Amino acid sequence: MTQLDRIRNFSIVAHIDHGKSTLADRLIQMTGTVAERDMKAQLLDSMDIERERGITIKANTVRIEYPARDGHTYILNLIDTPGHVDFAYEVSRSMRAVEGSLLVVDASQGVEAQTLANVYQAIDAGHDIVPVLNKIDLPAADPERVKENIEDVIGIDASDAIPISAKTGLGIPEVLEAIVTRLPAPKGERDAPLKAMLVDSWYDSYLGVVVMIRVVDGVIRKGDRIKMMQTGAVYGIDKLAVLKPQMVDIAELGPGEIGIFTASIKQVRDTRVGDTVTHERKPCAAPLPGFKSAQPVVFCGLFPVDAADFEALRDAIEKLALNDASFSYEMETSAALGFGFRMGFLGLLHLEVVRDRLEREYDLELITTAPSVVFKLHMKGGEVRDLHNPADMPDLTLIDHIEEPRIKATIMVPDEYLGDILKLCQDRRGIQLNLTYAGNRAMVEYDLPLAEVVFDFYDRLKSVTKGYASFDYQLSEYREDHLVKMSILVNDEPVDALAIMVHRDRAESRGRVMVEKLKELIPRHMFKIPIQAAIGGRVIARETISAMRKDVTAKCYGGDATRKRKLLEKQKEGKKKMRQFGKVEIPQTAFINALKMDG
Amino acid sequence: MENWRLGGFGLYLHWPFCQSKCPYCDFNSHVATQIDQRRWERAYLAEIDRLAAETPGRVLQTVFLGGGTPSLMQPDLVAAILDRIRARWPMVNDPEVTLEANPGSAEAGRFRAYAQAGVTRLSMGLQALNDDDLRRLGRLHTAAEARAAFAIAHEAFARVSFDLIYARQDQTPQDWRTELRAALDMAVDHLSLYQLTVEDGTAFADRLARGGLRGLPDEDRAAEMFEITQDITAAAGLPSYEVSNHARPGAESRHNLIYWRSGDWVGIGPGAHGRLTLGGRRWATEATRAPGAWLAAVETGAPAETRSPLTPAEQADEYLLMSLRLTEGTDLDRHAALGGRIDPGRLDSLCHLGMITREGACIRTTPRGRMVLNAILRDLAGA
Ligand SMILES: Nc1nc2c(ncn2[C@@H]2O[C@H](COP(=O)(O)OP(=O)(O)O)[C@@H](O)[C@H]2O)c(=O)[nH]1
Ligand SMILES: C[S@@+](CC[C@H](N)C(=O)[O-])C[C@H]1O[C@@H](n2cnc3c(N)ncnc32)[C@H](O)[C@@H]1O
Ligand code: SF4
Ligand SMILES: [Mg+2]
Repeated sequence: MTQLDRIRNFSIVAHIDHGKSTLADRLIQMTGTVAERDMKAQLLDSMDIERERGITIKANTVRIEYPARDGHTYILNLIDTPGHVDFAYEVSRSMRAVEGSLLVVDASQGVEAQTLANVYQAIDAGHDIVPVLNKIDLPAADPERVKENIEDVIGIDASDAIPISAKTGLGIPEVLEAIVTRLPAPKGERDAPLKAMLVDSWYDSYLGVVVMIRVVDGVIRKGDRIKMMQTGAVYGIDKLAVLKPQMVDIAELGPGEIGIFTASIKQVRDTRVGDTVTHERKPCAAPLPGFKSAQPVVFCGLFPVDAADFEALRDAIEKLALNDASFSYEMETSAALGFGFRMGFLGLLHLEVVRDRLEREYDLELITTAPSVVFKLHMKGGEVRDLHNPADMPDLTLIDHIEEPRIKATIMVPDEYLGDILKLCQDRRGIQLNLTYAGNRAMVEYDLPLAEVVFDFYDRLKSVTKGYASFDYQLSEYREDHLVKMSILVNDEPVDALAIMVHRDRAESRGRVMVEKLKELIPRHMFKIPIQAAIGGRVIARETISAMRKDVTAKCYGGDATRKRKLLEKQKEGKKKMRQFGKVEIPQTAFINALKMDG
Repeated sequence: MENWRLGGFGLYLHWPFCQSKCPYCDFNSHVATQIDQRRWERAYLAEIDRLAAETPGRVLQTVFLGGGTPSLMQPDLVAAILDRIRARWPMVNDPEVTLEANPGSAEAGRFRAYAQAGVTRLSMGLQALNDDDLRRLGRLHTAAEARAAFAIAHEAFARVSFDLIYARQDQTPQDWRTELRAALDMAVDHLSLYQLTVEDGTAFADRLARGGLRGLPDEDRAAEMFEITQDITAAAGLPSYEVSNHARPGAESRHNLIYWRSGDWVGIGPGAHGRLTLGGRRWATEATRAPGAWLAAVETGAPAETRSPLTPAEQADEYLLMSLRLTEGTDLDRHAALGGRIDPGRLDSLCHLGMITREGACIRTTPRGRMVLNAILRDLAGA
């Protein structure tokens, strides 16, 4: 048990690539938390995907012991949070478990969109904030300008910002000292009944479900019978430990401390992040204010490329769900694609990450269908239905009106690209809310339909600004608009997996682009194939794939038989990657590539 | 009856050398300055002995000396090979013995001697009938030399065929019509007419990848030229009996028919493939490809070929893909006897589309179907 005033709990907030993970590495290294020989870069990013993409997906924590200049040793608990908007929810709940934040800004770049989004979450959580200017070893670093930038854009005092280089280690001792002197100690009552916040939980193949908690009041010990106040479930603590970042058993955790326990919990879905953990016998009076659980906002179909892999896909999804309670799934059958799953995600990155993990960790090849948002259908009878899949759109005559989710997007961009950004947002049905300048960078805020952002908006944004724009968003509200379902007919038959919801005014141009794309993506067949986009019964765009005229090998003698046969076998294998739709074979990649809106 | 008997029995012998390498050619052909023809003779004869011992009593119907450029072989080498073949296998009364020849003047000088050695049929690689195109195809001979060589061949052999490559750079359908009529005027009874194919690993493939080799026809133009070819040859009495082969009825290449009808054949020489039914199994044989390595293996008695058994499904696929090239088509009963299965729905829809016709157990491509044979095979094979 540690005295409260010898504890500091904090997180690091930063825009992607500003150096959050590198700084965490340095803090861990300089305090000798991890032996030098065990040190590897981006220590807290343990998933392959995190390391490869250089992003943090899951919050992670490390307990650091730091002998301060005042002669006392302090316990510093760092919770490393994801930087990406999809996981904003994960960030917000982790922030509630700590009292302060280091705000890391790249001194050669200044404040970016995610800096803003994340720092506001820290401010909302009541954090004290220590600004840190990273990468001052770079020739382009301009700490003075970036200080001003922080004050202008975020509106916090940056005069005491600490200049550092996480790369070289310069300034790290000052950061450690500032954590102790400038961030507050946690508060709590040791003698009060146990009250701890369930910060996170994950599945470990050896230990089963591991639960991370932050103790607010009271003391928790191994062997204790505890109760989850929201679910009412009661468990016995099997293991109590702190993360350094590997698990080190500990006898007890008191107020202000962060650690993990295991308690023979079967799956992650049995735990509620934000739940209050207390003792069964002597519970606390009132639970901590709870969180709403994260709701999936982006949906898509996932189908195995090889229909025979359906069971393998089901298995893989169920295994992954053990560890990630934030995506939803239910079986879906598509006339075009056969058996698969309708999956719900927190955002597009989340979608990609889950799909990547399914493909990689479970060796599956998957077809992804058009990402869709959740539309609210206000039926004539007054009932409101959620529409997760355009294919499920009921008869129009039954619908009174349709609402779609809108977001508030913040985009920061060098002013030379501003025009391109405004055009992109306008094209995506955006409404400009605000436009300000900080130096030669513009900050624009747009009200946009989420549906227009979930597919290839971020890619387009990056490509029109050569990667110089940064982007973040939050969901704002549901709003009515003139939305219609656009069907795609291939060889006169509607292909369910290609149906999308669009705004009436944009339907023609979307339809035209889609049929043109499909004309390129579907190979010639022995007959000609009409491709049409239609709203209700009305065709709004059409193209025709002309019939294949010639595909025959000129020379084929005795020596060619083997080669021809093997080629045919290979093509047969390749055909498994096509989906037979009526008489037409559609390559798996067409389902997603048909949606791309660039020329 | 063993299935191969429906296709017949032949022997293919590969001569892997040429005077120069043509830029479109992906055959196992090499340019060598020094060729010790006596050494090659010993190796060929040894292989003939070895393979004959494995197929005792089989009656040989055809022999094909292919290449490379077999017309670079000395006539006594050809004679020694043919003598040994005749000594080792019983042969039909009128065996077809074909030799592939390039139409250079030096080669033409040997034609008579080949006939005396027992060659009955000459297949000549003319490729084009005008000098500009011959040059662009990288050929060493001129059109005039080719015609002269052809005349000599016509004298020396009862049967002569020649090859042309069309759908060349900048060739118009009208150019091809004129050239094809000129070819038919040369009084042949067999023609192989190939659309130029840019094969992987050739100089042409390289040029194409680097943006060169312009003026090749697109799919529609190529289809048009293929149709012209069918029409003109049929009108002249040499209809196609296979995708690229045209003959007066009765003058078809009997040797090549063995391939398309999935018969058995012995393959001898570097890179030669064979198909042999032995002990109730059907084997695909493939000889070592590099000439030096093949020669060394044969001389030291090391294995000079690999053999892999063909599964029933593989045999059925081969039969289908080879026989559908023929105008006579595929016998579905034979295909089924090999273990093949054809999805009746797919077959119906191909019939419905006008790609295939069916008469009893026999299926054939229509003229439109033949032009998209690869797509038909992708539909039907390995169901
Ligand atoms: N030059 C320099 N590069 C740095 C510094 N800190 C981090 N980087 C580099 O910046 C990139 C992003 O760093 P990372 O810690 O992964 O950023 P995160 O996305 O915020 O976690 C990596 O290539 C780091 O090596 C620094 O102080 N100086
Ligand atoms: C074994 S090859 C060559 C025989 C002989 N060496 C010659 O070149 O005349 C048989 C025929 O295949 C044809 N051929 C070879 N490569 C070709 C290609 N890439 N495209 C079309 N036909 C080709 C030529 O017509 C050639 O005559
Ligand atoms: S086309 Fe004939 S002559 Fe030319 S390299 Fe090939 S085999 Fe030799
Ligand atoms: Mg990181």
